[in-house]
Amino acid sequence: MKLFKATAYENLADFVYGKALYPVTLKNGMSIGGGTMYPEINFTLPEMLITKEAMPEVLRNYTEIVTGICERARELAVPGFVAEIETLPPMTENPAWGIEVCKTVVDIIKENEAKYGIKGAVRITPNDIREGKELEHMWRGRHWEAMLKTFEGCAKTGADFMSIESVGGKEVHDEAVMYCDIAKSIFALSVLGCTDMNKLWPEIVKIADKNGIIAAGDTACGFANTAMVMAEKNYIPKVFASTVRVISAVRSVVAVENGAKGPHKDCGYEGVYVKAITGTPISMEGKTAACAHLSPVGNIAACMADLWSNESVQNIRLLGGMAPTVSFEQLTYDCRLMNEATKKGQSLLMRDLYADSDSRLNPQAYVLRPNVVLEISKEIVKEDGYYPRAKKAAALALAHMEKGYKNGDLELDDRELTWLENLNEAIDALPADTEAFTAQIMGECEKLDPKKYDM
Amino acid sequence: MSIFTEISEALQKGKRKVVTELVQKALDENASANDILNNALLAGMDIISEKFKNNEVFVPEVLMAAKAMNEAMALLKPHLTEQGVEPMGKAVIGTVKGDMHDIGKNLVALMMEGKGIEVTDLGVDVSAEMFYDAFEREGAQIIACSSLLTTTMGEMKNVVDYFTQKGKRDDVKIMVGGALVTDNFRQSIGADLYSPDAATAADLAKSILA
Repeated sequence: MKLFKATAYENLADFVYGKALYPVTLKNGMSIGGGTMYPEINFTLPEMLITKEAMPEVLRNYTEIVTGICERARELAVPGFVAEIETLPPMTENPAWGIEVCKTVVDIIKENEAKYGIKGAVRITPNDIREGKELEHMWRGRHWEAMLKTFEGCAKTGADFMSIESVGGKEVHDEAVMYCDIAKSIFALSVLGCTDMNKLWPEIVKIADKNGIIAAGDTACGFANTAMVMAEKNYIPKVFASTVRVISAVRSVVAVENGAKGPHKDCGYEGVYVKAITGTPISMEGKTAACAHLSPVGNIAACMADLWSNESVQNIRLLGGMAPTVSFEQLTYDCRLMNEATKKGQSLLMRDLYADSDSRLNPQAYVLRPNVVLEISKEIVKEDGYYPRAKKAAALALAHMEKGYKNGDLELDDRELTWLENLNEAIDALPADTEAFTAQIMGECEKLDPKKYDM
Repeated sequence: MSIFTEISEALQKGKRKVVTELVQKALDENASANDILNNALLAGMDIISEKFKNNEVFVPEVLMAAKAMNEAMALLKPHLTEQGVEPMGKAVIGTVKGDMHDIGKNLVALMMEGKGIEVTDLGVDVSAEMFYDAFEREGAQIIACSSLLTTTMGEMKNVVDYFTQKGKRDDVKIMVGGALVTDNFRQSIGADLYSPDAATAADLAKSILA
């Protein structure tokens, strides 16, 4: 296991979109993080139930989606693209269904590449089904077995990348978000989340290595994006969501420690921290993901991206065509512009325009500024252990937001400032030691069943 | 300041211990449990819910107030029962089968409790049969279903159909909500109530039960 004690990136001038220190190159020549920005298109089904009887209609939908995307890819002459399939829960519970969907998508994209020379890659992200009343254990039993079977089966279809949005600790984090309890958030991400990922990721990497597929990454979508979306609805303070985002970086790096190579998955905006620390490429999503959820980071999310994604869109008809095709076109034009800026030696200017256009208006954007990301990342990795790293990440996120506000670089209203102070106090009160912290928090987590984590 | 106002203000600040102590004090001073409930606890929850709707406070502040109210209710309940005061109404809530999204549903449950409604939370991945069983068991007037996925919204129709099949459709109001749910969708599946967010869901439930 590779533990990162220093950031891969030293200089801000190297930390830019389209280029990663350790690009991932596919057999077809596509190099993610190798200098070219590619679109990563994601899609989901329209309103329908997934049952055995509905599977022909499910497959018809995926065929329609991917065929439409491939056609548009040819018309727009993209240099390459990635299509992501996130299996829906029934497709992981019934691995054969998920595998069939994956194979359908892979076959169309590979055929399109063979016939027309349009390079394509597929990322498969099996849905993590380890939730709910029937879950026996996080690392054994029906849910675990079905998930690994889905990974294994999909890996054999010819897909290129494997990812996940793992949910270890999510039952605790959901409560932490509702009550803006930063201690519980840290516990969920750095103790439960990291413990789970250290069990899950060796298995994913083993399957990937055996089947010649790339283990890519694991996002904290269910944690930090939940907080982000709730903050955008004015349900919780933005400074809390911003702090959770930075803490989640500690968790998501664990996939790379265990052998993931990138590209980190789109919906984890903490990917910029993962890139700073590990040098691996990342997928990001911003304004072109508004079809899936609103966000305050539409431009700034592009600063250090290596793939540019739309998060997800339903297969419904819009005036311009089917929604996934429309979404793909939007991504393609964004990537064209970024690649053109790079060609003209203006990628740093482009990056800074993206950053400056968002970061003053919202702390969630501010903590994604390239300089902030690099400064915080350098300090996080100096800490030994996940909990100390998470605690440090939280303290630094708060300190940067406070400094930004005082310098006039970040707008925060009075309600946010009150919470900034509350959160600082909560962090100051945390114990230094992981065991003491765990003992303190465990009893307060109503929805946690420690036995499922062997605790 | 009256003790009811004191209770209301402590509740709005989420001071659970203070609220419980003040409720006990009010009971010791022979205040009616029903008056404490309506004029102190629910009055305080109404104020903080309004502040939330006006973007003056965040969800955690509302939830801390709801927690303070729930703890005080444990103290009040025997007195309310003794006085023959019935709860405002009962609701059964859950996220439909195949869907594990918890937070939105939890918010609705807590906001409903803050309105004085007794809520049975069935959690996530709840089948039509489970909703029905809970309805029978609890004698609920409202069934509230949450869904966040295009591929689980259809389960809401299964819930409606199951109650029809059991001949109990007219005995209950079925409420639906979730990111992709709209009032048009509500109409298309034959459910009764739709709400776009947690606060209005609680208001809607209260208006139905009043």
